[in-house]
Amino acid sequence: MYFSPAPLHIPDGFLNLVISLIFWALTAVTVGAAISKTNQSLGEKQIPLMGVMAAFIFAAQMLNFPVAGGTSGHFLGGALAAIVLGPWAAVLVMTAVIAVQGLLFQDGGLLAMGANIFNMGLLTAAVGYGLYRAAAGLGKGARYAAAGAAAWIAVMAAALTTSLQLWLSGTSRLQIVLPAMLGVHALIGIGEALITVAALAFIEQTRPDLLSEKATTEKGGRGWVVGGALVSLIAVLLSPLASAHPDGLERVAENMGFLHLEQSAPYQILPGYTIPFLGETPLSTIVAGAVGAAVVLGLVVVIGTSLKKKSA
Amino acid sequence: MMHVNAFDRFHEADSRLHRLDPRVKVALTVLFILSNALLPDGAWAAFGLAWILLLWANHLSNLGLDFTFRRSFLALPFALAAVSAIFSPLGNPLAKWRVGPFALTPTDYGLVKFASILLRSWLSVQAAILLAAVTQFPDMVHAFEHLRVPKILTTIVAFLYRYLFVLTDEAMRLLRARDARSATLPPSVSLLQKWGRNKRGVAWRAKVTGNMAGQLFLRSYERSDRIYNAMLARGYTGQLRTLRPHVMKPGDWLFAALAFGSLLLLQLIGRL
Repeated sequence: MYFSPAPLHIPDGFLNLVISLIFWALTAVTVGAAISKTNQSLGEKQIPLMGVMAAFIFAAQMLNFPVAGGTSGHFLGGALAAIVLGPWAAVLVMTAVIAVQGLLFQDGGLLAMGANIFNMGLLTAAVGYGLYRAAAGLGKGARYAAAGAAAWIAVMAAALTTSLQLWLSGTSRLQIVLPAMLGVHALIGIGEALITVAALAFIEQTRPDLLSEKATTEKGGRGWVVGGALVSLIAVLLSPLASAHPDGLERVAENMGFLHLEQSAPYQILPGYTIPFLGETPLSTIVAGAVGAAVVLGLVVVIGTSLKKKSA
Repeated sequence: MMHVNAFDRFHEADSRLHRLDPRVKVALTVLFILSNALLPDGAWAAFGLAWILLLWANHLSNLGLDFTFRRSFLALPFALAAVSAIFSPLGNPLAKWRVGPFALTPTDYGLVKFASILLRSWLSVQAAILLAAVTQFPDMVHAFEHLRVPKILTTIVAFLYRYLFVLTDEAMRLLRARDARSATLPPSVSLLQKWGRNKRGVAWRAKVTGNMAGQLFLRSYERSDRIYNAMLARGYTGQLRTLRPHVMKPGDWLFAALAFGSLLLLQLIGRL
């Protein structure tokens, strides 16, 4: 009654081990970066603030409004958190929210939590903050439009990555899960966008200092603008493309004979998710998962440091 | 005012599982879920054994054998996402269905996959339910701290848990106030008519909800200021303290070793 689960929380069992570990690695690196960033720029005062803000996101998800036919619009809140608190704090806040949803309410799995945090926390923060930041300094209307677009795209991006993760895990056929997820969330996203804009307008009316303060103190906004724009572009461009030719990737895989070898194509480096000389043992699968996660981790670190050097 | 336990999933009882060190409980839950993920598709015997382990844990918790079973259908709506696995291009086709423009071919491989996904999810969610039922949430957070989760995260989660009740009360007050101000619309009026008549359709309602979210945000923000000041006055240094230091007893080690051994055995059976 107090709490209704959102359809984006992936339970355990629906993602395979390799995908789960890879997204755990991505999430761990980003959350680690968020921790060091917030430790640098903010004092211990921010910890109670972020905790209460996380509770706010949780409580705000209860706020709903009737749409039609017994369904109701929901507030997810990630984009708003990123706009008002800044991206790094929003990452931590959303991580805490998703962790509690998984641990206390079993809304979203534990092994799948890395993917859930990635979809609903990291992507939302990047899109929400990036797009809003891109419109900084423009008029009120443009900023609100950017905030609304950010909220909508954040929901769509989360739906897109959720479908891709399910597909890569071999749980769902892409041509079925992708249009279904994106269709449902295109509607959910509209409610999210409307609420986010209204909430933002309300905050700006009552406490304009909260918003202007952030815009001047938060540095390194450039990377977030680029990142947010990139994710948005991918979400906006890829979703209609992918739903128009949903079986494109699978057909390629089939033509090349990957599907007959084993599972889906992208992880053939570790055939069947096992290490050859270890044989078909659980140990081998764990090692394969760990190797996959380590490869992704390495890539992220390399890309991250090269980006840092460029900006410095 | 809402009762402070409205969100709590902890079930008070005295049992071996309740007394077990929270670190062991957290680690074993994660290992159990990991073990389910590792089991190959169609390892029915191993899935059955995992279920027996789960029943045994239920029994040890003194909460009743069907405790987790009764609560285990949470993840069921998500099963819809896995239905498409039945129509896998791999394996031997079992039938051919025509549904409108689509031709659906369920395969034996797909069916096994679908059933395995559901089983894994069903078993894993029960383990998580049991963990939350036999571990007080602050203890669980403390356990994660011991397991090297960064302190800033565990502290945020602890605050989230503490203020969840307070802010939910706040949200309930806002909702009650909205209900008191506005009569509900008759269900017969269609969405289009509502838009045309007084322009107070979905967009207007979303705006009201947005204002409530903004209001809730500001109340939370300002409350966090007060909380911080109150904590400073009581000597807060950025560390949360607990009155329950966790010490691993020999019995905890034994339990952990036995459970881990059963999981290993289960994996072995699953691979045979």
